[in-house]
Amino acid sequence: MRVMVMTKGDAADEGRGEPTTEMFEKMQAFNEQLVNAGILLGGEGLKPSNAGAKVAFSSSGVSVFDGPFTESKEVIAGYWIWEVSSLAEAVEWAKRCPFDSSYGDSQVLEIRPLFDMEDFAETVDAETLARSEELQSRATGG
Amino acid sequence: MDLSESVEALWRIESPQLIATLARRIGDLDIAEDLASEAFVAALEQWPVDGVPPRPGAWLTTTAWHKAIDRARREETARRKAPLLVAGQDGQLPDVTDAALAPIPDDLLTMLFTTCHPVLAPESRVALTLRLFGGLTTDEIARAFLAPSPTVGQRISRAKRTLAEARVPVEAPAANDVPERLRAVLEVLYLIFNEGYSASSGESIVRTDLAIEAMRMGRVLAGLLPTEPEVFGLVALMELQASRFRTRADADGMPVQLEHQDRLNWDRTLIDHGLGMLDRAFDLTRPLGPYTLQAAISACHARATSFADIDWVAIVALYDALAQVTGSPVVELNRAVAILHLDGPEAALLVTEPLLEDRRLAGYHLLGAVRDDLLTRLGRHDQAAAELERAADIAPTKQERQLLLDRMVEALEAANH
Repeated sequence: MRVMVMTKGDAADEGRGEPTTEMFEKMQAFNEQLVNAGILLGGEGLKPSNAGAKVAFSSSGVSVFDGPFTESKEVIAGYWIWEVSSLAEAVEWAKRCPFDSSYGDSQVLEIRPLFDMEDFAETVDAETLARSEELQSRATGG
Repeated sequence: MDLSESVEALWRIESPQLIATLARRIGDLDIAEDLASEAFVAALEQWPVDGVPPRPGAWLTTTAWHKAIDRARREETARRKAPLLVAGQDGQLPDVTDAALAPIPDDLLTMLFTTCHPVLAPESRVALTLRLFGGLTTDEIARAFLAPSPTVGQRISRAKRTLAEARVPVEAPAANDVPERLRAVLEVLYLIFNEGYSASSGESIVRTDLAIEAMRMGRVLAGLLPTEPEVFGLVALMELQASRFRTRADADGMPVQLEHQDRLNWDRTLIDHGLGMLDRAFDLTRPLGPYTLQAAISACHARATSFADIDWVAIVALYDALAQVTGSPVVELNRAVAILHLDGPEAALLVTEPLLEDRRLAGYHLLGAVRDDLLTRLGRHDQAAAELERAADIAPTKQERQLLLDRMVEALEAANH
């Protein structure tokens, strides 16, 4: 089972200080555990939300908001992709993630399983699959 | 999250290192596994009452060690020898805080060398490795192999008994045995992977799990042996092959050739990781081994944006090297297919000629299938039909036999036009 694990914090805590060497090392040690367990497939860190923007759709139209997302309690700071045997295994690993309250009073790790091919086989109809094939031939010139 | 689910997850995360550490101290895998299981049973009893400890792994290690000491005491009381404890022979029981109890990654490696020991039959190595190094439960292994759980349990017990009877010590192989023993380990992991990879579509959902476990164990091994290029080569090979799981069969479960696979549906995450692993293998700059070469071939396909974009020059060169390293006629046959795409059917057919005399391919129906394809491209339908008839005779399954016979009929029709 492949999961995306997103680390989230309060927008108000963004930029509360550059990570110290100690915090950096703790995080590195955690990442090393994930690598050595053979479950870490990828991941990235995100810049603070003041570098980003939101495009919001509603019945009244499209609105664009520049960052920072000050009102948000759960701003994504980074994510990993893990290959685990169960959600419980992902939870056990997530509990081992280092947390330092000097960067914020709360940190949330949200774990979300990714769809895989078996999930799609039942919901995608033949017509859509045919369109996907057509898209493929246009994209690859094949 | 249900506590039993958490404990099962913890078994997967913690039990391999726990059993490996105990086995080093005790010198017996079977007793080590027993003690680890007892510690987990204790966890299931105590954690609902006391709460889950902050460092579950350390708690389990300490608990297992207390159980080891209890056993030694019981054995001493019974005035039997106490073979259980390697340390403390002078009647003194080792301290739980003993530094030697600290988990050492090398223990894990030693355990893997032991579960892949040549004294064991291949299917025993597979089951024992999944159980001890992979941390899978017997039920999980049974599900993955579509075998009854008691059968798998017996296989694992028998494997441990074989190790004990052959007096295989739980220790790292001697330095000059390492290359051969490592080859055996990589073979077991690739065997597990292929068990998942080659499964027919009806079973594919379960069997894919085996391929995933093989990749995970390969990555763990890469962490334990960061200077062995072939470990990275094998992980890269498995990941690149697995990146095409979704597209390798059509809706009816029939295999789809690489040429016709939906490349947009390949697994980019696995491709990226696999290419990274392949880079590591190359960085270790040693003569390229068979796994790394196969991974490099697979990478040529992964990097190409379309079938027309494939770098056949590179692939043929890699097959040349692989044929030299392995001396395998099957590799030679694959090289012929690569040459088809680079130089055309005539050149490819020449490469296959010597294979007709190779007795190792006498029962290999794919030789005929490839030659049929080449001869058909050259318009030599009569000869193609003859190849297909021979191939059908030795096809391993009814379906494949039927496919070859159907193609033979087509070839005969084409020959008569």
